[in-house]
Amino acid sequence: MQIDLRTVTIEPQRQAFDHLVRRFGDKPASRYQEGSYDIQATENLHYRPTWDPQQELYDKAITQIVMKDWYDLKDPRQFFYNTYTLTRARQQEAAESNFRFIETHGLANVVSPALREKALAVLVPLRHVAWGANQNNTYICGYGYGTVFTQPCIYQAMDHLGIAQYLSRIGLAFGGTEALAAGKKAWIDAPAWQGLRRYIEDCLVTRDPFELFVAQNVALDGLLYPLVYGDMVDSGWAAEGGSGLALATQFMADWFDETRKWIDAVMKVAAAESAANRDTLTAWAGTWGARAAEVLLPVARLGLGEQAEEVMAERRAELAARLAKSGIKI
Amino acid sequence: MDMKTPEKKLGIKERYRYLTRDLAWEPSYRSHDEIYPYLAYEGIKIHDWDKWEDPFRLTMDAYWKYQGEKERKFYAIIDAHAQNNGHLNITDGRYLSALKIFLQAISPGEYAAHKGFSRAGREFAGAGTQVACQMQALDEIRHAQTQIHALSNYNKYYNGFHAFSDHRDRIWYTSVARSFFDDAMAAGPFEFMIAIGFSFEYVLTNLLFVPFMSGAAYNGDMATVTFGFSAQSDEARHMTLGLECIKFMLEQDPDNLPIVQKWIDKWFWRGFRVLGLVSTMMDYMLPKRVMSWREAWEIYGVENGGALFKDLAFYGIRPPKGWEDAGKAIDHMSHQFMLGFYQWRFGTAFHSWIPSDDDMNWLSQKYPTTFDKYYRPRWDYIRKAEAEGKPFKNFGLAKLCQCCQLPCVFTEPDDPSQLCHRQTTYKGEIYHFCSDGCQDVFENEPEKYVQAWLPMPQLFQDPVNGDLAAWMDWAFLTDGKDNGEYPGSGDQLNFDRWRGLATSNT
Amino acid sequence: MSSVFIALQANEETRPIIEAIEADNPQARVSREPAMVKIDAPGRLVIRKQTIEENLGRDFDLQELHVNLITLSGHVDEDDDMLTLHWDR
Repeated sequence: MQIDLRTVTIEPQRQAFDHLVRRFGDKPASRYQEGSYDIQATENLHYRPTWDPQQELYDKAITQIVMKDWYDLKDPRQFFYNTYTLTRARQQEAAESNFRFIETHGLANVVSPALREKALAVLVPLRHVAWGANQNNTYICGYGYGTVFTQPCIYQAMDHLGIAQYLSRIGLAFGGTEALAAGKKAWIDAPAWQGLRRYIEDCLVTRDPFELFVAQNVALDGLLYPLVYGDMVDSGWAAEGGSGLALATQFMADWFDETRKWIDAVMKVAAAESAANRDTLTAWAGTWGARAAEVLLPVARLGLGEQAEEVMAERRAELAARLAKSGIKI
Repeated sequence: MDMKTPEKKLGIKERYRYLTRDLAWEPSYRSHDEIYPYLAYEGIKIHDWDKWEDPFRLTMDAYWKYQGEKERKFYAIIDAHAQNNGHLNITDGRYLSALKIFLQAISPGEYAAHKGFSRAGREFAGAGTQVACQMQALDEIRHAQTQIHALSNYNKYYNGFHAFSDHRDRIWYTSVARSFFDDAMAAGPFEFMIAIGFSFEYVLTNLLFVPFMSGAAYNGDMATVTFGFSAQSDEARHMTLGLECIKFMLEQDPDNLPIVQKWIDKWFWRGFRVLGLVSTMMDYMLPKRVMSWREAWEIYGVENGGALFKDLAFYGIRPPKGWEDAGKAIDHMSHQFMLGFYQWRFGTAFHSWIPSDDDMNWLSQKYPTTFDKYYRPRWDYIRKAEAEGKPFKNFGLAKLCQCCQLPCVFTEPDDPSQLCHRQTTYKGEIYHFCSDGCQDVFENEPEKYVQAWLPMPQLFQDPVNGDLAAWMDWAFLTDGKDNGEYPGSGDQLNFDRWRGLATSNT
Repeated sequence: MSSVFIALQANEETRPIIEAIEADNPQARVSREPAMVKIDAPGRLVIRKQTIEENLGRDFDLQELHVNLITLSGHVDEDDDMLTLHWDR
């Protein structure tokens, strides 16, 4: 039977699920709210993890940060799977057409050998840095508490995988598989990269999810992305005939502008929760931030030469100003 | 630098290797054990993570592109469904009970799988394995969300959906699915993969999604068909991951075989018990039925599972220990569950009912050896009591199985006239089980299962203290609306009235 | 021999794919069920990019299959030109 159901006017019995009415009032809920709030189990957990019987399956106590309600850490982008995926699907379409443009117009061959050498020396090892960031955000998603805090972390993790793959394709497009091999060798052996590699490996053993959030997403990415995709690619190399490189890294530049809004919002709410949180976040941001600046300096020298110190100082000041807006003074 | 190997010349396998596993490196500033602390304690030996074969080679750009297409289609359909009162297209309001169970018990499992795969995606030491797990983590949150979104519109018009987030943690039958996923998450990363990746995804989810979703299509529920098939398309990747994972473990070291076999035995039985809920959804809750649980089991259990275990025999794997008992239970389980739900209908956030003559004739045709002999007489008895104004209700508390958490309503595998009951004494306490399979699971890891939160004893603890009304408040169950029999329920009255509005001019 | 199978959503996009699978796998059995098409084959089933492209009249990336895929069984082997499901090794 096919009936015209649009002609029927019937009154809803209720506006939204109970847990959303409790949080947001008796009104229709958004899809972000439906897909994010209170969907993680909270009580009557059955068993302790065999991998660490000290922990609960979902455990608020594995971080030093204390929140009365972890669902306060809202993502201002309101990403749930659908909005996240559609946003990235559009961006990947643009990225794909950029790569096609570079290929059809032979832009890889237009770049001078000197610039190509320099760009590959910086960008290719960064695929490993992005892999580290993928690992760290996967960890935060896995062990952090509360869906609004953790779901953006799996998105962030997959974004970093995507970035690592774009960087690999840049390596392949501008230098072939040899460029990838050379970049990996530099990542493992070259002195310029060892501080950063140690930083990442130290992150990989950091098991406080919020500290890891600060070390990876705030401190390291907060300095690295503006440095590489702003100072090097956009401001520096574009003028040296590297516009193809700017096209190929457009995704990363746009992505950083978008994701930092989420990261700042998380820091701001967590710091405003209590003086203790603010102190902890300040200490973490201070230590990891100083260390990130130190290990990025040799990388900055690879891409910017003698301007490196000056630019790094600017980037540090910029990060400090960003954190200050979230109530964290380093 | 010369450009010797432009990107386009790489084959799909080689290109994928550069874009995933070549990203990882052997750490030197921190030890392997510090970075991957949970890989040793389960006893699984992995010698070379590079031997991992990537099942599907999706890079992130392709993932975003194709998943984006799926998402656009899915939300277009559920938007239209909501705007056009699509809920009135379903064959009958009884069908809603199946959706309620789905949202209360299964969608939270999708979320648990999301968390579990995030953890596995970090804890494994091979990049290929990690990426596959991470993509599954991402897919699983998609499934939780698409299910909530598809069923959100039903919540606006019908009872029983409204407190799924509370029911997940407090109502007795959701504890069956919750304890299953908690069990998997409390296990180490390798066991988790056998539990969810292999046993659940490969051996069992076809039974959940394919025939049931076909059933949803048959019953006019486009919202559910769409989330079901859309989720299942990710499932094809997940199943392949589960199969790859088990082959990988078995190929890496012969010592892994007995461990893996034990997990297969355990997780097949755990999964089979959880999926028992689906047998009832298929045989009783779909007003128009596509195939019986028995027929679905023939296709996806016997045929497909049979092919799988024949293949795995190559490694020395035998079919799961409970396989034969499962086969013997197939003709009984949906009836036993529905009778259970019916008698405890005061305590469920969905409706149950006495099957009609038509329903019973269909059931006896589909279950020729069991229905008329064992179950029709019980339904007849219940119907007679109902007609005499003495409705049959069981306010006694069910004895729950310490392992699967279902009430002990099942019969002996070889004697359908005897209730099956097993018990074990551990450290001076007696624990009850519904079957040999569940008793085995407990006895292999008693320290784990003594921790289980059992919802029935909760009834006698603070704040409920044995008061049924207080329990209902605590469990967010609205008496007289969410629970009880379908005939005469608010859902029935509304559904019939609204359908009447749509099909007549008065 | 054990069967492998693949199930696709029944819609306009999958019609040419299903026709290609039928053409390349004469031993396959196609069953049309509510909202889905299930294709079973003894032992082995191949899905060829080229045949699909001929049916579609445009380029086809085998990964586009994911959009309408419901389920499958068997070992999966995917390269640039075809996707194979099989139980033999």
